[in-house]
Amino acid sequence: MRVDSFRFLPRSFVPLYENVTPLEGEQDVVWAPFEPRLAGATIALLSSAGLSVAGEQEPFDLDRERGEPGWGDPTHRVIPSALGERALAMSHLHVNNDDTLADRNVSLPLDVLNELAAEGVVGASTRSHYSVMGYQQAGLGTWRTQTAPAIVDLLRDGGADGVILAPV
Amino acid sequence: MPVLARRIEAAGIPTCVVTMMPQTASSLLTPRVVGVEFPFGHPFGRPGDRFVQRTVLTTALRVLAGAEQPQTRVDIDIEWPEPRGQAYKAWQPSEPSPIVAAMLNPKG
Repeated sequence: MRVDSFRFLPRSFVPLYENVTPLEGEQDVVWAPFEPRLAGATIALLSSAGLSVAGEQEPFDLDRERGEPGWGDPTHRVIPSALGERALAMSHLHVNNDDTLADRNVSLPLDVLNELAAEGVVGASTRSHYSVMGYQQAGLGTWRTQTAPAIVDLLRDGGADGVILAPV
Repeated sequence: MPVLARRIEAAGIPTCVVTMMPQTASSLLTPRVVGVEFPFGHPFGRPGDRFVQRTVLTTALRVLAGAEQPQTRVDIDIEWPEPRGQAYKAWQPSEPSPIVAAMLNPKG
């Protein structure tokens, strides 16, 4: 079975995505071998849903995007894995936010990962996970020069052996 | 997201991207890709559907840990339970995103 990558995409958008080629400066193959056993590994999550801890963190900047449609907030948020009952806010103008707000595991499965860690499927969850806001046409430069290095530093500090990323 | 995955991978930390558009992610040389045929906004399935959420996450973890070469792609054979038209309508925001609105009405 092969996933149809365009099943839910507006037809007028399909030509923008069906024949993409590697971006300039991104043509090289990158590869980091996964060395530990999964049952001993520490795993982090990274979502592009524009998530922040409600009432504790600044949400992503949607007002500026509304005024500058080609711009997307290129910053990131650090989400505790032990979030408990605290709610996440979602700042994303390109998808319906309702289902992720109803169950954060739709976009950031931190509760599922905690369960898998408790069951020994993975060694542990990192203490923090991460979110960006995935609409980045103008912000890719900032992602490369600031956001990605900052997240790499956080992942290293958190002892992450691997990362599951999920765009929305 | 492929850009971030590639940067993280290049820094020595293995990655796996779960995506509704695996063809695009693979074309952008994303190291490990898990494809799901789900509407946008739902990479791990529906709210409250812990079985599918676990299936997607455990598949991504197996690919993260077990893939032997770059540009590995594994697709998950789960059909979205709602009719396509209904799901297509449901994933979209209540009003067009700013860039789509600008495209639809270029003179503002």
